[in-house]
Amino acid sequence: MNYLNSFLAALESLTSNKLRSALTVLGIVIGVGAVIAMLAIGAGAQNSITGSIEGIGTNLLFVVSGGSEDVRNPKPLTRADAVALSDGFQAPSVIGVAPLLQGSVEVTAQGESTTTAINGVTPDYSWVRNATLAEGEFINEAHLLGRSAVVLLGTQVAENLFGRKDGLVGESVRIEGQPFKVIGILEEKGGTGFTDEDDRIIVPITTAQARLLRRSTPDRVDLILVQAISAEDVPQAGQEVADILRSRHRTGIGEDDFTVFNQQDFLETASAITGVLTIFLGGIAAISLLVGGIGIMNIMLVSVIERTREIGLRKALGARKRDILIQFLAESSLLSLTGGILGILLGWTISAIVGQIAAASDTAINPVIGLDAVLLATLFSTAVGLFFGLYPANRAASLEPVEALRYE
Amino acid sequence: MLEAVRRPLWVEVEALVTKWVVDASDLTKVYTMGEMEVHALRGLSIKIAPGEVMSIMGPSGSGKSTLMNTLGCLDRPTAGKYLLDGESVASLGDDQLADIRNRKVGFIFQTFNLLPRATALTNVELPLRYAGEPGNRRERALEALEAVGLADRVDHRPNELSGGQQQRVAIARAIVNNPSIVMADEPTGNLDSKSGKEIMKLLLGMNKERGVTLIIVTHDLAIAKQTNRIVHILDGKVEKES
Repeated sequence: MNYLNSFLAALESLTSNKLRSALTVLGIVIGVGAVIAMLAIGAGAQNSITGSIEGIGTNLLFVVSGGSEDVRNPKPLTRADAVALSDGFQAPSVIGVAPLLQGSVEVTAQGESTTTAINGVTPDYSWVRNATLAEGEFINEAHLLGRSAVVLLGTQVAENLFGRKDGLVGESVRIEGQPFKVIGILEEKGGTGFTDEDDRIIVPITTAQARLLRRSTPDRVDLILVQAISAEDVPQAGQEVADILRSRHRTGIGEDDFTVFNQQDFLETASAITGVLTIFLGGIAAISLLVGGIGIMNIMLVSVIERTREIGLRKALGARKRDILIQFLAESSLLSLTGGILGILLGWTISAIVGQIAAASDTAINPVIGLDAVLLATLFSTAVGLFFGLYPANRAASLEPVEALRYE
Repeated sequence: MLEAVRRPLWVEVEALVTKWVVDASDLTKVYTMGEMEVHALRGLSIKIAPGEVMSIMGPSGSGKSTLMNTLGCLDRPTAGKYLLDGESVASLGDDQLADIRNRKVGFIFQTFNLLPRATALTNVELPLRYAGEPGNRRERALEALEAVGLADRVDHRPNELSGGQQQRVAIARAIVNNPSIVMADEPTGNLDSKSGKEIMKLLLGMNKERGVTLIIVTHDLAIAKQTNRIVHILDGKVEKES
């Protein structure tokens, strides 16, 4: 019997019991589909997070307080630190500095209320973070000095409060009960999967400090964004920032009370996390593939018992052990191969649906089905079919012809 | 004392000129069932000449099925010598036995044992497939089906055929590889008397036309009497021949 014959015989045998074959294949379909979908979603999430980190800008450094633990009497970051960092002589690689206060507040207007993220910023923030406006104007020095009760709304917040995204300049909202005047609407950025840039409001940092986000020491800031001249200057800028802050905070060598991150650090952390996530999800999916394989073994064992007489007959007519082995292996690997192919389609469909749902809920995850995932799933499922088919096939091949023919 | 038994003259003559197709001596078969040892064959000897038509009779438990399985190379004797067509087969491995069955033995069963989902043609082709023969399988299978008078039923499946027709397909399958011996185990046992007679006529015809050696296992004396030689088996030995 050549291999084409075995294949055709296996096909015929499987199609003669369609429901059973279909149910067996289903186990593999779900297993492979789950593996493909999970790997695709993992890859999509990774791309999305990487993209959103890259979207922050390659030139940015993030300075936060807190560093090595054995610093005595650590000092917080302040606006004065931020001013020092923008000194062009001490920090020639730095072109923009934006101190930030961050928090969460309740905003109400026209009886509607929403809880949202708040950023207290300086005017420089607008170009350091490239925050463009859909309408109105950004916070200026006068607002800063006067601790003005003015606010910029993200589109999501505007939508929640007013049910529209435009024509809102001049409206007033209450933040934590205090009246603020809307001076602009931030341009819609769409979800980034990391933080929703549209669901936030921006106020002058002085206003935030005085009225909304009180900190232990006046002048304190949560975060300082530092823009380097170019991506190549980021390490140099980081060094300059660290030098300035060390001398200002008078810390010993190797005992910083602040930490400087750049985008690369975030990328590495994020891809480590998503990598673990992908392996985790893929591992769970692989278990279902294993269960599918056991399903194949189960059904092949039943099939061997059912066809004991047939096996006996074939042996009486001159089938060798190998012929019977190939016949049953052909059936089980055909089952798993079919399951694998359908599973790839299912995984692709699930990924597409997840992508649609994610897009609809403003978290842009675009699942990516890599060739590696497809190959992995196909190989794995065929291997599962062969592995779990081996035992039943061997059992069939080892039947004694006399016993098998006598079997009722 | 086998040689003293009366046989048709031409069989005697041919046996002297040619070799025996079946030459078995002192066949012993012991099964172990749990703790019990069952002696199915106790030193049985038998010789069959080419072209002979013989029947094996005996009550159940006499060892006639074991004898048939051994002669048909489905099973190995525990001890003894067995030459099939001059080849010693008593100590061959599984795959070599399969090969012998494929080339030298044709089987006909009481319950036909056709593949239920395959057409008559595919069923007859089956031994040729395992023989690994390419090319003219289809022609040879068609020829065999024609020889049993089923040329117009080649594409029918077993459930579309009568019992007699199914047994004809089985006969075609048994002779398609031009075997040295054809073993028929109660070939008419599942058929009404009319189809049974037709099948016997066909089998005896095959013997006359093609010179096929025919071994029929039966407990129907009317069937056995149509053969040239009747071997009675009792307690794993040849009781008598007639």
